[in-house]
Amino acid sequence: MTDQTLGDLALEVRSKNAGPFWVTMELFLRDDAGYALAASPEIVNEQVVASLYDVRAEDVQIFRIPSLHVVKISFPRPVPQGGLRDRDIHAGQHHVPLAALAAVLPG
Amino acid sequence: MSAPTGAVRVLSPTGMLGAGFAESTVDRGLELGADVISVDAGSTDSGPHYLGSGTAKTTAAAVARDLRILLRAAARAKIPLVVGSCGTGGTDSGVEQVARIVDEVLREEDLGLSVATIRSEQSAEFVKQRLREGAVHPLAPATALDEATVDSCTHVVGMMGHEPIEAALRAGADVVLAGRATDTAVAAAFPLMKGMPAGPVWHAAKIVECGGQCTTNPRTGGVLATIDHSGFTIEPLDPDAACTPISVAAHMLYETVNPFRMREPAGELDVTGAVYTAVDDRVVRVEGSRFHPADQHTVKLEGARITGYETMSFTAIRDEHIIANIEAWTELFTEVLTGRVEQTLGLDGTEYSFDLRRYGYDAVLGGLDPAVRPPREIGVMLLVRARTQELATAVAKVANPLMLHLPTPDMAYLPSLAFAYSPAETERGAVYEFALHHVVDTRTPTEMFRTDHRKAPARD
Repeated sequence: MTDQTLGDLALEVRSKNAGPFWVTMELFLRDDAGYALAASPEIVNEQVVASLYDVRAEDVQIFRIPSLHVVKISFPRPVPQGGLRDRDIHAGQHHVPLAALAAVLPG
Repeated sequence: MSAPTGAVRVLSPTGMLGAGFAESTVDRGLELGADVISVDAGSTDSGPHYLGSGTAKTTAAAVARDLRILLRAAARAKIPLVVGSCGTGGTDSGVEQVARIVDEVLREEDLGLSVATIRSEQSAEFVKQRLREGAVHPLAPATALDEATVDSCTHVVGMMGHEPIEAALRAGADVVLAGRATDTAVAAAFPLMKGMPAGPVWHAAKIVECGGQCTTNPRTGGVLATIDHSGFTIEPLDPDAACTPISVAAHMLYETVNPFRMREPAGELDVTGAVYTAVDDRVVRVEGSRFHPADQHTVKLEGARITGYETMSFTAIRDEHIIANIEAWTELFTEVLTGRVEQTLGLDGTEYSFDLRRYGYDAVLGGLDPAVRPPREIGVMLLVRARTQELATAVAKVANPLMLHLPTPDMAYLPSLAFAYSPAETERGAVYEFALHHVVDTRTPTEMFRTDHRKAPARD
C-alpha cells in the first residue's frame, strides 16, 4: 500500500472561518473511490479530527455529502480570531493537517 | 388553481463592494431584466479590528468606483440598489462613510435617487436592558453574557434581517444603505417584498451573496438569480463563466458551519431537499428549498473590544547552525527577553505578553504542522502586546538586541541576523477581539434599527 493522503485523492482541500468563532473545512474528492475512503468513519471521524487539530471530539461536526463527493468538517475556533496567538486570521491554511492524513483503511 | 406566476431577478455584481467587477457584467444583468441590485459591503472575516475601530477594510476610492457603476445602472434601469453591512463592520460610521460617497457620486453624475440609511449600532444600555429582561442568549460556543462584557465593547451592532430593508424599499427608497445585515438579507428583501416564496428567496440569496463564487470562474464578476414561485435559476453575468449544479451546490459549504441549515433572524433556511439541475451548460435551476419561520424572531449581536496595544518586530535567520537549532534559540530568546524586561522595565509576565512566530518553520500551524522538511530561512516575528502602546514598544525595543545578535546556547560568538527594515519596531495600535456571539429576542423585527430617508435632490 502506498502512503497516499486525503489530499492526493482530492481536487481541492480548503479551510476558512465560518464566522469569528468557528472554522470549517472541506475535502472535494475526485471520484467515488476517493469519496468512499474520505467518507469512511474509519479514516475521518470526530476523534481523528480532534487529535489533528487539538480540539474536543464532542465539538466536531462532520457532514458527508455523496452527491458532491464532499466531506465537510466544522469545529469551534481553538484560538480567538485576531487574538495575540492567532496566526491565521481567515483560518485559510488550516486544511493542511487534514490533507496530509493517510487515506488508508486499517487492516 | 394554477400556480402564481411572475419572477424577480436579483443582480449580485460582486461578493464585496469595492472588490471590483467589469462594468459590462452589470450591463449584461440589466439586459437580462434585473429588478434589483444587491451587494454586500461588510464581513467579520478579516478580524475584529474593523468593527472595533469603526473603520473600513476597503479603500474609499474602490468603493466609490463600484458605487458609481451601480448607481448609474440603478438609475438607468429604474431599479433599487441595496447595500448591506456598509463600511465592513456595519457601524454607524460605516453607514455614514458609504452615504457620503453615494452623495458625492449622485451629485457628480446628476442622478435623482432617494437614499435611505439604516443604522444598526446598539447602545450598551439597550443590550444590558434586554439582558436583564432575559432576552439575550449565547450561541455555541459562547457562554452567558454579562454586563461588564457589554460595557467593554467599543462598538456593538445588531445584524438585521430583511425587514428593515424591505420597510425602506416600501417607503420608496431607490438606494438602501444598511448597517450590519445578514449577507442574505441584502438580496432577500426585494424579492420577499414582491411576494416570492421564502424558501427559494433565502436559498437564492445565500447563493448570490458572494457574487461569482458559485460559478466555475469566481474572478469574472457577479451572477443573476431569477426567483419564481417554484424555485430559482442562477447564471453568471460573464458570458464565459458557467454555473454548474456542483458549483452552485458547493457554495452552500462556503463559510458555513452546517451546509444544510442556516439561521436567519426570521427563521431557518433548509436546503436538505434542494435539487440542483442544469438548464443548459451555464444556467442552473434549484427547487425544493424550504424556510421554516421561527417561533421567536432574533437578531444576532456582534461586538468588539480593545485587548491592548501591539508592537511588531521582524528579523530573519539564514545561518544554518541557528536554523538547525531553532528550538534551542527560541527557548533562549524567551528566557533572556523575560529576564531583561524585568531588569529594565520592572514588568512581570502579567503586564505584557508576546508571541514569537517562526515564519518558514512553524508559524502558521505550530504544533499541528505535519511537515518535517528543514527550512532554508526563517522569518522571526515578535509580536508584543501590553496595556499601552508605549509599554509594548518598550518591550519590543528591549528585545531588539536579541532580534539582532542572539546566538544559540552552543555558539561562541554573536551572529548578526537580518532585520527586514529599520527601525525594527512597528506600532500596530489598538488591537481588538470579538466579545459577543449572542442573539437578542426582538419584540418587532425593526425595533433595533433606525432608518432615515433623504429625498432625491430637486433637479433644475
